[in-house]
Parts: sequence; structure tokens; C-alpha cells
Amino acid sequence: MASRPISPRPLSPHLSIWKWRVHMTVSILHRATGNAMAFGAVLLFLWWLAATATGPDAYATFHHVATGWFGILVGVGFTWVFFQHLLSGIRHLVMDTGEALSLAASKTFATMTIVGSVALTALTWLFIYTSKGF
Amino acid sequence: MGTGTELGRVRGLGSAHAGVHHWWLQRVTAVGNIVLLLWFVGSLIRLPSLDYQAVVIWLRQPVAAVPMLLLIVSVFWHFRLGVQVFLEDYLRGGTLKVAVLALNLYAVGGAALAAFSVLKIALGAV
Repeated sequence: MASRPISPRPLSPHLSIWKWRVHMTVSILHRATGNAMAFGAVLLFLWWLAATATGPDAYATFHHVATGWFGILVGVGFTWVFFQHLLSGIRHLVMDTGEALSLAASKTFATMTIVGSVALTALTWLFIYTSKGF
Repeated sequence: MGTGTELGRVRGLGSAHAGVHHWWLQRVTAVGNIVLLLWFVGSLIRLPSLDYQAVVIWLRQPVAAVPMLLLIVSVFWHFRLGVQVFLEDYLRGGTLKVAVLALNLYAVGGAALAAFSVLKIALGAV
């Protein structure tokens, strides 16, 4: 073992060789949306609650940002992130029971999470817009 | 189950002595999050406005404050477990330990701030 050639350890085929399919997208989206909420939406949630608990002046700053165009944009974004994580999370709970694991079912339900999250986001903001305006 | 003692196999806790505890709590809090966050989003968009007074009046009701406290426990616990798995997949050794400790600080500290804020509002201190 005096002079073993130094070369990169072999890796099993990974992201590069598989044809990209919808269940792979939904799988990585579950992780991405979960972390986005843990470090994004959670901070906004804390800002909102702490500002309310601090008083009207602190809340006014939050309210100004939240109801501005950028705040609305972030709000729409996190609404989709929330619904995507919710629906793919429900898909995970179903698959935990051993159901919907066949290739066809897995693909169908993965597609449905994306269609569903976009539809629920649109419905939510349509409701906000029609009931309150901006 | 591997080559442990018979008692070890019966207990089914594995080498980390935690069994499926982490996995199971992730599922329990996931179901909690489904119920509580749908209630939260539904309540938020049905508020008359996002004004200070509207939020304070809403949170002063026990039927809003109590689910909010439960939501804080469920959500912060759930992301604490989920982000831990994420970190374990990409970090190793000492870096991983420091990162998970920082995650604990963030999750517990954040949950404490959120719960204190809800209690302060709900108990009429603002």
C-alpha cells in the first residue's frame, strides 16, 4: 500500500444520467419548499407576531412592507410554496401507508401536487383580491 | 433488524437507541400542521383587514390564541425535524453538529418568541 494512485472515488450514477421526471421534481421541491418556509416564512411569521406584540408603531412598519407590491409578491410566492409542500406532504403520508407507489400512480399524484398548488394559490389570492382589493 | 441481541431486536431501537421516534414525530407534526395551518390561512384571509386592531382583536379570542399556540409547537417542531434531515444529508462531522445545534437554537428561540408574542397579545398586554 505504499503508493496507491490517488483518484476520485467512484460514485454511483446520480442526477446526471436519469431522464428528469415529474416525481423527481416534486421530491426536490418538497425539500426546497420546506427549507424555504423554515428560513423564510417562519421569519416573516415571527416578524408579524413580534411586531403585533410590540405595538402599533412596530406593526405599521410590517404592515407597510407586507401590503406593498414586494410584500404581496413574497406573499403569493410563499402561498404557492406552502400549498406545494402541503400537497406533496400529503402524498408522502399516503405513500407511507404503502399506497400509490406504482410508477403510474406516483407520476399522476406528483403532477396533481403541482396543478393543485398553483390552483389553490390562484384561488386564495382571488379570494383576497375580490374580498379586500389591495 | 441486524445482528444485535434478541432483546435489542425486540425493542427495535437500532444503534442510535431512538428507533423510529424522529420519523414518527415528523408524521404526527405533519398532520398537526395540515389542520392548524389550513385553519390559520383560512382565518387570516377572512380577517376584515390586516390592520393592527383587526389582528389584535382576532388574537385576543381564546379560539384563535389557543390554536395559534398549538400551531407554533407543531410547526417549529416539524421544521426542526425536517431541517435536521436536510443537514444530515449534506454535512459531516463537527460541521453537522454545530449546524444542528444552531438549528435547535433557531427553532426553540423562534418558538419561544412566537409563543410569548401570542400570549402577550391574547392576555391584553398590548
